[in-house]
Amino acid sequence: MTEAIPPKGTGPLGRREARVAWGLLFPTVFSVAMVILLPLLSIFWISFKPIGLADLRAPVPVVREQIRGRPEAPGDIATVEYRLRNSSRDTVIDAVTLSDRWPPGVTVTGDLPDGCSLTGPVEAGQEFFCNFGTIEGGYNDRFKIDVTLGQAFFDWGGDPEDSEPVVTGRADHVLTNGEFTLENFARLFDGSEFWQVFGVTVIYTVFGTIGALVVGLFAALLLNNDFRGKGVLRGLYLFPYVAPVIAVAFTWVTLFDPTSGSANELLIRMGLTEGGINFFGTRPLALIMVIVFEVWRYFPLSFLFILARLQSIDADMYEAADMDGASPFQKFWYLSLPMLLGILSVLFLLRFIWTFNKFDDIFLLTGGSAGTRTLTVDVYEQAFAISNIGAGAAVAVVVFCCLLVFSIFFFRFISREEGL
Amino acid sequence: MGSLRQGRVVGPVVGVLWLLVVATAVAVAMSFATGAGFRPGLVGSVLIGVGVGAAAPVLRKGWALVLLAAAAALVLGLAGLGPVRADPEVTLMQRVAAAALLGAGAGLPISAMLRGMPAGAMTRHEFEEVVIRFLTGFGYLFFTAIVVIPFYVMVMTSLKSQQALMQNPLDFSIDLGRGTDLFRSYRELFQEFHFGRYLTTSFVISVLTVAITLLVSVPGAYAVARLRFRGRTALSRSILLIYMVPMIVVALPIYIAFSMTGLRNSLFGLVLIYPVTTIPVSLYMLQGYFRGLPAEVEEAGLMDGLTRLQVIWKITLPLSLPALASVSLYVFMIAWNEFLLAFMLLDDPSKFTLTRGVAMLNSSEVPRQHLMAGAVIATLPIMALFLGLEKFMTRGLTAGAVKG
Repeated sequence: MTEAIPPKGTGPLGRREARVAWGLLFPTVFSVAMVILLPLLSIFWISFKPIGLADLRAPVPVVREQIRGRPEAPGDIATVEYRLRNSSRDTVIDAVTLSDRWPPGVTVTGDLPDGCSLTGPVEAGQEFFCNFGTIEGGYNDRFKIDVTLGQAFFDWGGDPEDSEPVVTGRADHVLTNGEFTLENFARLFDGSEFWQVFGVTVIYTVFGTIGALVVGLFAALLLNNDFRGKGVLRGLYLFPYVAPVIAVAFTWVTLFDPTSGSANELLIRMGLTEGGINFFGTRPLALIMVIVFEVWRYFPLSFLFILARLQSIDADMYEAADMDGASPFQKFWYLSLPMLLGILSVLFLLRFIWTFNKFDDIFLLTGGSAGTRTLTVDVYEQAFAISNIGAGAAVAVVVFCCLLVFSIFFFRFISREEGL
Repeated sequence: MGSLRQGRVVGPVVGVLWLLVVATAVAVAMSFATGAGFRPGLVGSVLIGVGVGAAAPVLRKGWALVLLAAAAALVLGLAGLGPVRADPEVTLMQRVAAAALLGAGAGLPISAMLRGMPAGAMTRHEFEEVVIRFLTGFGYLFFTAIVVIPFYVMVMTSLKSQQALMQNPLDFSIDLGRGTDLFRSYRELFQEFHFGRYLTTSFVISVLTVAITLLVSVPGAYAVARLRFRGRTALSRSILLIYMVPMIVVALPIYIAFSMTGLRNSLFGLVLIYPVTTIPVSLYMLQGYFRGLPAEVEEAGLMDGLTRLQVIWKITLPLSLPALASVSLYVFMIAWNEFLLAFMLLDDPSKFTLTRGVAMLNSSEVPRQHLMAGAVIATLPIMALFLGLEKFMTRGLTAGAVKG
């Protein structure tokens, strides 16, 4: 009997299995590529473009047609006026043409504008066609054509302005042309503003993450005891995380309003402060408040993870520790904490990345004012408040690069740590 | 240190600390309940704390401590040194209520904390036990307060009138005499601000998101969990990586693309985007669950002539209904709460989702109680789902809540 040799390489069955797998995965891969990866790549492209919010629409030639004069009988004169303009103030449009079908019975008496021609018989209605070539940015001009109207026009009886003139033109879109600039990045790193924003982001991320972790650990230790009503409390403590961010953020803003907020009123009544404190409007209080909000909103998450891990620790270990005479704090410090270290560090890394990426919370609480502008808020501010999409994209690239560094670190770590 | 670990020292110290906590809590609770000024008093707290803490090891009955503390609080309060000091306009009834509340809040927990504590020297175990009990009591009070207060403020503000809010921002008592007029903000939101439509829009979009997410991620998760192919590990790694892409970075190019193609201001555009933000999470959660299912049942199905898709449909899915419920709830929650994309991509009030509608209310022209009523409307459905299906929801959160 020959020795059995395991097959090498992939056989036909294996190849078929792989084909099925990729077939099943195709919708996922495709949609993620279109909606996540493509935008991610395009952000790099956009960041090298001098593009503002107003440049998003491609420049187009716009034309308006008007008939001047009141023709009432055959032989009356009128003026056809075309007003052509460039919708963009600074972009050139090439190969601008205009074509329009004239009603029957219209005869030109004066000169046609340069580049324009009429074809076809007068009685049936002529084709008016112009080739304007290139028009500059901010171009805006009128062309007048004097005409006389014959019997056929009145027999026809329609409104000559009904037939819309058709214009075509070819313009560079700033997103697709070959124009690149480093100005977005130069401006970004030029001022001190960027480093301030970066510093705020780091402070927010570090303290927000650690705060949520520590508070979550405390909550998990509380609920690790068995008592009646534990399920209710656990559900209650998850509320901040489950509720829509917009609802809780606005509630905080209302609660801490400088003039009509209950928190201020309470502090004043308790005699702790004289006038209202502007919690979300003064430095550095606003940053502290935003961090407190972050801790408040995300402690449930760490609490949930830590509690799950706590409950999976073997009770025998604690019994053994009891036999050895370990005190409650010693049991926590020498038993629980080392067991929790894995989940704590995974949580720390994940939350760190997510807090770094957080946008909604700060945007809703302060809008990035009073020294709370983080990188993600800066993306929005640059792109929409200052209407400079290129600058926003440049900040987004910075955010993305930070993310890359984190995730390399994360995967280095997670391959060692089987916590997730 | 050792000489301080005496029952007669630790008892009063714990008593004073706890009294300060309870006095603050009672003052805040009474202020919120009545709208009058209450503040914790240092002298009264210290006196009663020392008294109760010293009496606890002797008087082992909790109710006795409650009576003692309440009576002391009342007497001291009338003398102007109460642990919870009230403004002059506060009625006697309210003072008595505050004293009773303080008595109950001080007596029972302190007697529980100091139970079994010797009057003399304490061992390390006994001492730490007391400290832990104190921290536990403090923790319950602290966490309940920080969670309940914002939601309480949210609901109560939405039931107030503009006038009452301006007059006393602290007064959250409800004037039941107003009858159905209490819900005026809600009525106006539904009648004038089209919140009925926003609710429907949000619901439809969330349900569609759940459906599309499941449709795409179930086969994907199955492939990653069951089938062998090159690049499987790399793929499941990159799924995790997608978690970490900041939404704002993706939202900017999407905004540009949607502006240029005219998909902005259309709900279709949102339905295109939302599922993709949840597919990676869902795939990650589901593949973990699929891995735990026995492969033998599926192999039996294959032997009997089912195709892979039939195996998924007839065997895997029925077995993983609990996981599907968790994932659906979690995805529903993400879609329902989503704010950034709705905010950036929708400008037309007739197409708003609920979160976008609430964001619209945040202007100086809309009164505060409308904003809070909007917040309540946005919160209630998700809370109802959460409380009703907490088991599934918590599982979904633990499995996928890396995102958020």
